[in-house]
Amino acid sequence: MNFWSFVARNRFEIATLTLEHLWIVAFSTLLAMVVGIPLGILITRKRSLHKPVIAAANIIQTVPSLALFGFLLPAPWIGERAERLAILALMLYALLPLIRNTYVGITGVDRATVEAARGMGLTDWQLLYKVELPLAASVILAGIRVALVISIGLATIAAAIGAGGLGELIFRGLAMVNNAVILAGAIPAAAMALLADTVLGWLEKRLAPQRTV
Amino acid sequence: MASSAPTVEFSNVSFVLPDGRPILQDLNFEVQPGEILVLLGRSGSGKTTALKLVNRLLELSSGQLRVEGRSTKDWNPIELRRHIGYAIQDVGLFPHYTVARNIALVPSIQDWPKQRIEARVQELMGLVELDLEIASRYPHQLSGGQRQRVGVARALAADPPILLMDEPFGALDPLTRADLQREFLSLQQQLRKTVLFVTHDLHEALRLGTRIALLEEGSLISLTSWDEFLSSSEPLVKQYVEAFGATDRQREKP
Repeated sequence: MNFWSFVARNRFEIATLTLEHLWIVAFSTLLAMVVGIPLGILITRKRSLHKPVIAAANIIQTVPSLALFGFLLPAPWIGERAERLAILALMLYALLPLIRNTYVGITGVDRATVEAARGMGLTDWQLLYKVELPLAASVILAGIRVALVISIGLATIAAAIGAGGLGELIFRGLAMVNNAVILAGAIPAAAMALLADTVLGWLEKRLAPQRTV
Repeated sequence: MASSAPTVEFSNVSFVLPDGRPILQDLNFEVQPGEILVLLGRSGSGKTTALKLVNRLLELSSGQLRVEGRSTKDWNPIELRRHIGYAIQDVGLFPHYTVARNIALVPSIQDWPKQRIEARVQELMGLVELDLEIASRYPHQLSGGQRQRVGVARALAADPPILLMDEPFGALDPLTRADLQREFLSLQQQLRKTVLFVTHDLHEALRLGTRIALLEEGSLISLTSWDEFLSSSEPLVKQYVEAFGATDRQREKP
């Protein structure tokens, strides 16, 4: 069976799996942002937490993905559905680039700007949302971009625990020793990663601050 | 002037770093309303630290510091800082804000009405001799002198009675620096702020200062009017004067 005829015959299934893939990746990355960005901000305020938090995120990153899915299996509620498991695991992987880039972005803001801001009487909160976050935005976005691209690739493995997504076609193709089926899963996944990378790269450039003074 | 209460008052103020290194020892001096008191000293003499104690960017270790008669510890730090203008050598303009928004910073966080802010920004730009055309530019599009003018305008924005200035003209070329010093003096004649001005440059101190306080290794060595400074017999003052080759002819008041 050649590639195009397989795609034509299974276009609805491919589309469904692509959407499933997109949903898992989008939701897990969003969760990672909700957790990772505040954590990154927190460790700029409490510097003593910097090392343990980054170390923890680093350790998570080193766990092989299949093993992480396995470790999370016994977790209550999460373990009941493969989809939840996949989202949690992908979220954990996405944490490191988000925490690290938020920290680097904020600590990289020009010291004189921060000192002047404090000297003018900005509250901590105003300093954060008027100065630090806007000036760190492009660096944080670079973190989101890395997290997203990693997640799109990793999410294919989530099919191994039955979470669906484009990995399903890849695993099926492997079992059938059929390249057409593998490609039907791999190509949309790769395209999704490229697209995400391009769009976020463009946004990142737009958000980059003018040369700091 | 001597009869009025001091605006800023250091009483036995000391500052020690967390690692135990003393930076300021037992400082005693007052800044009188409407005067420019220059804190003169070499790098590491503690002059910048003394300045930051006033608006509580640093917290003093012992002694007492009063601003308008009230101990800085009794001020809410945010309120205190908004009451005091702050201009520094690196300016620290917000790179993502236009000139107008930079100047409007303190009024806008104090929720002034929009029209009043706009009027104030125009007034300030005129005051520091900035062309209104650059109001919509970003800091990286300005020259060093323009940036410093924006910094001064921003410090003056909410009309604070007190100004802290930390070598605000230090990074400029000599001609631009002289321009800004002259303009600052004439500005001060209109505004009569109470100014605490840090510099290591004796010429600047002589030109701007009503009085000059010389700091060395965290201690106050002398506090005199500018002309007394030149004729002082204090050895360190003499050294300073000799190093700069300063004579009383160098003083020119506008």
